[in-house]
Formats: sequence, structure tokens, C-alpha cells
Amino acid sequence: MAGEITASSYIQHHLQNLTYGNHPEGGWMFAHTAQEAKEMGFWAIHVDTMGWSIVLGLIFLGLFRSAAKKATTGVPGGLQNFVEIMIEFVDNSVKETFHGRNKVIAPLALTVFCWVFLMNFMDLIPVDFLPRLAQIVTGNEHLYFKVVPTTDLNATLGMAFSVFALIVYYSIKVKGVSGFIGELTLQPFGKWMIPFNLLLEGVGLIAKPISLALRLFGNLYAGELIFILIALMPFWIQWAMSVPWAIFHILVIVLQAFIFMMLTIVYLSMAHEDH
Amino acid sequence: MNINLTMIGQAIAFFLFVVFCMKYVWPPIMEALKERQKKIADGLDAADRASRDLDLAQEKAKQELREAKVQAAELIEQANKRSAQIVDEAKEQARDEGERLIVAAKAEIDQESNRAKEALRAEVAAIAVAGAEKILQTSIDSSVHSDLLNKLATEL
Repeated sequence: MAGEITASSYIQHHLQNLTYGNHPEGGWMFAHTAQEAKEMGFWAIHVDTMGWSIVLGLIFLGLFRSAAKKATTGVPGGLQNFVEIMIEFVDNSVKETFHGRNKVIAPLALTVFCWVFLMNFMDLIPVDFLPRLAQIVTGNEHLYFKVVPTTDLNATLGMAFSVFALIVYYSIKVKGVSGFIGELTLQPFGKWMIPFNLLLEGVGLIAKPISLALRLFGNLYAGELIFILIALMPFWIQWAMSVPWAIFHILVIVLQAFIFMMLTIVYLSMAHEDH
Repeated sequence: MNINLTMIGQAIAFFLFVVFCMKYVWPPIMEALKERQKKIADGLDAADRASRDLDLAQEKAKQELREAKVQAAELIEQANKRSAQIVDEAKEQARDEGERLIVAAKAEIDQESNRAKEALRAEVAAIAVAGAEKILQTSIDSSVHSDLLNKLATEL
């Protein structure tokens, strides 16, 4: 990594997470190269992804909690107004799609929407700004630092599999174990085609979290990559591309947060329905 | 892109955030929203009721006004009647008073004329006596001739 910064090393550097893990030779440490990070295997954690996602989650919860504590039934203030608009928006989205009674889905959807939005929002901060700041603060010129948690497949997969766990949990809770297994095996072709049915429905079931995670990850990863490519241009022309892309990206980050929330609601309401 | 513990960490963080949101964020705000909705509904109801009350009150006010007008007309009529009565009474009284005054005046006039007659009579008697004295050149004893004189006075 030392010496000349080439375009490809710049891009690769930007796409590498700050990884802390158990290296087979070095023990528990921060990975200094992408190779080291790969060698750590599963027992490693992306400190930047976790840090930013938790900070952003806490910002969201702190903001909403402070509004909730001061919530009055009288004339609402600015923050309460904003929070109420968000909550009503999520509540309406949930009510339109999901008709059962479930206390978890609406707060879950709110958390998904706000958290994913905030994590996506980090994409709009100039690509080099926070990593450079982190490099100066730590004094490590080669520090890896990715600030957008949703461009890390681990983050989106973690959320998607949590949703998947809820899907399975509510399917079993509402329909019973036999009902859930029956749904997986007895459709769409009846009991003489059980293996085939299981294959079809199993793929359908697994596709839910995978598509949920990959859709969010892919959109944000691509957006981040384009920002990085724009950052390779001469500085005097960058604005001509980064500004339109950023404006377009505002739409993308809200839309992706919304899609993640809506699909979560849809999947969970499907889990509640008997066929 | 390595799949590693981050995924599980993210899932745990997600779970904790959702639980916190479900316990401490969602219920108070939903409560506030519902309560405000109820308050607004109540307020609208109250406004409806108030406008109905207003209509009623206006109707009542009109009614009262009408009654008051009728009463006032009655009062005016009564007053008119009464004033006519008073004028009549006053006329009556004036007429009575006039007559009484006339009667009194007449009486006084009579009295005055009687008194004048009396005085005149005495005067005439005195003049007659003086005349007679002049004629007779003698004094007439008025006591002796008082009968005569009285007779004369009554004749006058």
C-alpha cells in the first residue's frame, strides 16, 4: 500500500472495512491488508460498520425517545411534529398492508425505515471526508474506514436474517409447526410432489431475506462506488458529476429505506396469512 | 467482501433497537396521537353543539323581541287610554271648578250689591233727612222720626 496511490488501490482501499479479528498467525488484531482481513475468516468484525450503525441507531432512538418523553396532546413542537409525521406515515403503511393485530410490526417497520435511511444517508457525506478524518485522528495513514454501513453486505444480511427469523417465528406461531411445514410441502402441486414443492417453496422462502439484503446492499454499494469513481476525477470537475449524482442519490436512499421497510411489512403480513 | 461476525452483531443491534423502539418510542407517541385525535373530535363536537345552541338562542331572542314588541304596543295603548281618561277627568274638573267659581262670584256679586244697597239706603236716608232739615229749617230728631226714616229706607 505504501508509496504511489493508483486509481485501483484508491478504490480498493475505500471498499475495505476496518476489520478486527482473529488472524491465524497474528492473533486478535486489526487487519492491515485486505488479504489479512480475508484470512481472519468468520471470526472477525467490521468495527466501522458496527460503530456507525450503532451510532446512527442511537441517534435515531435518542431523537425519537426525546420526542416521546415530551409528547403532549396539545400543540406539538417542531421535533414532535416531525416524529409524529414519521410515525403516522409508518403506521399508515403498516395498516394498509397488514390487517392482523401485532404490536411488533409497526415499531419494527419504523426502526427499519429510520435506521436504514440514516445508514444510507452516510453515503451523501463526501467519500473521503470521514475516512481522512479518521486517518488523521488515529495517525494511521492506511487506516481502512467505510462509513456507510449498508454498503457492507454483513449489515444488510444481518437485518435481513433478523426479518427472516421473524417470518419463520410468526409463520409457526400463527399456523403451527404442521401448518408451516404443510405450507412448505403441500403447495402448489399436492402431496404426490412433496420434494418438488419443498424445493419451490424453500427457494421462495430463502429468496426473501437474500433479495432483501442484496437489493439494499447492491444499490448502496453501486452508489458508493460511483462516488468513489467521481472522486478520482480532477478536483475542478468533480462537482459537475457528484452534485447531480448526490441529488439523484437522495431519492435512492429514501426509496431503498422505504422498500426495505415495505418488504419487511409485506413478508411479515404474508407470514400471518393462511393460504 | 467477507461474511463474518459483523452480520450477527448487526442482527443483535437491530434486535435491541427494535425492542427499545417498541417499548419506549412507539407507545407514548401513539398514545399522544390518539389522545389528540380524541381531543380534536371532542372539540369539533363541542363546536357543533355551540353553534346549535347559538341558533337556539337566536331563535329565543327573536321570540322575546316579538313578545316585547307586543307588550310595548299594549302598554302604549293603555297609556293612550289612560291619558285620554286623564284629559277627560281634567276637563270635567275644570268645568266643575269653573262652575263653582261662577257660583262663588255670583254670590259675591249679590253680596256686594246687597251691601251697596244697604249703604245706599243709609246714605239716602241721611240725605233725605238732611234734605228734609233743609226744607224744614229745623232739625229733625232722628229718634222721633226713625220710624219714618226706616220706612223710607225700606222703600228705597
